[in-house]
Amino acid sequence: MSRYSFLSLIANALNGQTGWAPAWRDAAPKPDYDVIIVGGGGHGLATAYYLAKEHGIRNVAVLEKGHIGSGNAGRNTTIIRSNYLLPGNEPFYEWSMKLWEGLEQDLNYNAMVSQRGIINLFHSDAQRDAYARRGNAMRLAGADSELLDREQVRALCPFLDFDNSRFPIKGGLMQARAGTARHDAVVWGYARGADRLGVDIVQNCEVTGFIRDGDAVVGVETTRGAIRAKKVGLAVAGSTSRVVKSLGLRLPIESHALQAFVSEGLKPLVPGVITFGMGHFYVSQSDKGGLVFGGDIDGYNSYAQRGNLPVVEDVAEGGMAVMPLIGRLRMLRAWGGLVDMSMDGSPIIDVGPLPGLYLNSAWNYGGFKATPASGWCFAHTIAKGVAHQLNAAFRLDRFRSGHVIDEKGVGAQPNLH
Amino acid sequence: MRITCPYCGTRSSHEFAYLGDATPTRPSPDTPDVASTFHAYVYERDNPAGPLDELWYHTAGCRRWLKVARDTRTHEILAVAFARKDETSLPEGME
Repeated sequence: MSRYSFLSLIANALNGQTGWAPAWRDAAPKPDYDVIIVGGGGHGLATAYYLAKEHGIRNVAVLEKGHIGSGNAGRNTTIIRSNYLLPGNEPFYEWSMKLWEGLEQDLNYNAMVSQRGIINLFHSDAQRDAYARRGNAMRLAGADSELLDREQVRALCPFLDFDNSRFPIKGGLMQARAGTARHDAVVWGYARGADRLGVDIVQNCEVTGFIRDGDAVVGVETTRGAIRAKKVGLAVAGSTSRVVKSLGLRLPIESHALQAFVSEGLKPLVPGVITFGMGHFYVSQSDKGGLVFGGDIDGYNSYAQRGNLPVVEDVAEGGMAVMPLIGRLRMLRAWGGLVDMSMDGSPIIDVGPLPGLYLNSAWNYGGFKATPASGWCFAHTIAKGVAHQLNAAFRLDRFRSGHVIDEKGVGAQPNLH
Repeated sequence: MRITCPYCGTRSSHEFAYLGDATPTRPSPDTPDVASTFHAYVYERDNPAGPLDELWYHTAGCRRWLKVARDTRTHEILAVAFARKDETSLPEGME
């Protein structure tokens, strides 16, 4: 498969666009691999790519029950950012941001990474202090941040409701390097990159069970037969509990639905990403012009991949409070993804809990931005058998040991955060 | 999604607050392996795809805790009862 370049564009233009090859092979499963990654979303494909590229492990299969990118990778709001707070997670997300910045050159694929900036609005003095602290924490971890006052926000986003009597906008925390990326292109780029390094991407191959040798996991049973592997990594988003059930494992995870929405197309309006500080509402504008926005999880266990109306109403109320012009817009589409919510709202990338098994899960409401670093760290964890410093805090036993990464500080259950 | 409260009747899920899986029961502090049993009680979940017994509080109604059996794949409500075992019927004079 050739590299994409200006010359390949010219050559294919001259031969009537007949020279393009598929971006990746539709591989059939082999009986045995060094590493099997279960789940062909962004995280699984990125893991396979970095296993091959960074660690030279090329005898790898990615197993996907549907077609790649058909789960949460295709059902998110495409925002990338690293405006976190705690020492356990901010360096990880900043590493993800750095990987996003070099991703297109690295993959030789246009992932439409667009660093348009994110503004977290604040509406009170206390919230300003909290965001100032967050901005300082970001800078300490090597990320960028800038505290904007009310007039600086107004210059960027004059359409916001600055004088809302309940939630007056007093300013915002800006991360200029944040922005959006094209979610499908991320999946396709990683798939093509992994394929070029020899990884087998096996679609329509559902994992139905595991091959065991004593305690150890030595392969998987699938709808396309048994496949053995030295190591099996799970990156199956909202389905982690279902997949590990046959291993007798119970995890600190509940599956919830997270909804997102897109409006009819508008001329360029929203310059970057805006988040409402007093409710759960965030908005950006897609390259096609639609406003893309979302809010809270539905808040009760769900495997339905669709949401319910109370959250739609809550998101619309939040949107109207901060950006009244959306009241005149038509909502074109709404969709829901399955997210596995951990009990502290932070992810799990870890060795185990059984020999031969590796876990990448619990991305809660924020898996998309983490895609590159998640794959990079999970590949390191699988290859070396030990977590990298960047994901060392994302251990599974942190609930037992008390080392939770409780960024929001709201409590021990998903319905609280 | 609509939940039929045994006291108030059929209401929007908007009126209710969710607590979660109703299956875990608080272990006795005298249990030998108490750290592990409490860890399992507080954090570990079966998280099934299918019928699940869960606790809902009728915040904007009778303010009772309800045990609701719901299918997590379809949001279909299979059964609703008062969560307290002694609260099986309505108070006198109520129908």
